[in-house]
Amino acid sequence: MSDILGDAGRAKGLGRAEANSIGAIFSHRLWIRELDPRVRIVAVFVFSICVVQLDKLLPLGIAFLGGLFLLLQARMPFVTSLKRVLTVDSFIILLLVMLPFTTPGTEMASVFGFSASYEGLRQAIVILLRANAIVMASLALLATIDAVTFGQALAKLKVPERLVHLLLFTVRYVEVLHAEYLRLKTAMKCRGFAPGNNLHTYKSVGYLVGMLLIRSFERSERILMAMKCRGFNGQFHLLKDFDYTRRDLTFSMIACLFVLSLLALEMLHVVAA
Amino acid sequence: MHIVDGALSNEVLIVGSAMSAVGIVVGLRKLTMDLIPAAGVLSATFFVASLIHVPLGFSSVHLILNGLAGIILGWAAFPALFVALLLQAVFFAFGGISVLGVNTLNIAAPAVLVGLMVNPFLIRTTSSSLAAVFGGFAGALAIALTTLFVALALGFSGDNFALQAKIVFVAHIPIMIIEGLLSAAAIYLIHKVKPELLHAMNKGGAR
Repeated sequence: MSDILGDAGRAKGLGRAEANSIGAIFSHRLWIRELDPRVRIVAVFVFSICVVQLDKLLPLGIAFLGGLFLLLQARMPFVTSLKRVLTVDSFIILLLVMLPFTTPGTEMASVFGFSASYEGLRQAIVILLRANAIVMASLALLATIDAVTFGQALAKLKVPERLVHLLLFTVRYVEVLHAEYLRLKTAMKCRGFAPGNNLHTYKSVGYLVGMLLIRSFERSERILMAMKCRGFNGQFHLLKDFDYTRRDLTFSMIACLFVLSLLALEMLHVVAA
Repeated sequence: MHIVDGALSNEVLIVGSAMSAVGIVVGLRKLTMDLIPAAGVLSATFFVASLIHVPLGFSSVHLILNGLAGIILGWAAFPALFVALLLQAVFFAFGGISVLGVNTLNIAAPAVLVGLMVNPFLIRTTSSSLAAVFGGFAGALAIALTTLFVALALGFSGDNFALQAKIVFVAHIPIMIIEGLLSAAAIYLIHKVKPELLHAMNKGGAR
């Protein structure tokens, strides 16, 4: 499996090699990883759509805790997942930091003559809570599925077959091409290439990308020929069958209840206000 | 330039997802089975390219290269970039789940537009330098359009985002230049070494 894609879902304290054997022993503690991938995908999808609707701090806080609970239950490595949760795009951080200053409302503080409003701060907090609740839930439930199973599960969820094929091909070759990229990069380093803020760097990296594209295109031609030799007629056989077990039923019901009560809390607040 | 979950209004999310869905369907129709290996491998290449950082000032930026993707993949850039964004959202937690449609539209629509604009000239030209000029133009324009789309998505979601939308655009001007230069160099090389790659998606795929 692809290392780049696989890294995200590795359990705490388990190396790649041990993951399989030790993982089996502790499987009762990693119940999230035993759930039907289809259930997990649908759950995260519904959860994220609902969380985006929330605007009150109480249900948002509960949703955030729900995400955190899932993250802890999945036994994701805490520090690395925290880093992932925190690495939102720097531009988004800029957006959030500026929100208090661009939203009109009660003045809270003033920095260099710009006044910050409580309303803006509140909106920034709302966005942060929503984003993090969803990121944690999806890291816990989705990043723990391996990428190929993820594609197979999407196919079972009636995602168009060609899209799934495209996804599976991409997953298969991300790792190969990453290795190719590292090789080209090493070769450049050996020839004394040091990146900097200059035209030479941009030109060289452009050639690197161009070479990467050419090589992968040639690779894809070889792949197609090899596949045709083996009688490829445009049909990948998606053989994996998933079981919808009692555990999945319980999880779906609890998840439904959780999401519904979040929405109810939100509505209740509206009425109360 | 991934927008996170929770920042956009419902209207923007729904319109963006619907438009992305249309783009993906059109792109998939053009993808015959013979083209899927090429599209998949190229989609993986663009995924890897987004891990490449180039220095900019005291910091560094990662590449998007949607202009190049549009030139090489045409309409297939829509599903290909969607797949790359989906994998990033699910396995790296970059971007979000509910905004996946909007993020796809922001990156893939400029790619397809630029590809359609530049390709007729690129295929005809015999001079690699001229091809590089077209490539650079496409690379810079694609990023400009992407930032414009991001700014619009933010602007439509709330008036208090207006200033941020402008800042996003101005802050991306250096990135437009870098992507333009990189795309120009990449297209120059491809035109010299493997010009077939420029119409890879047209063979047998044109209907």
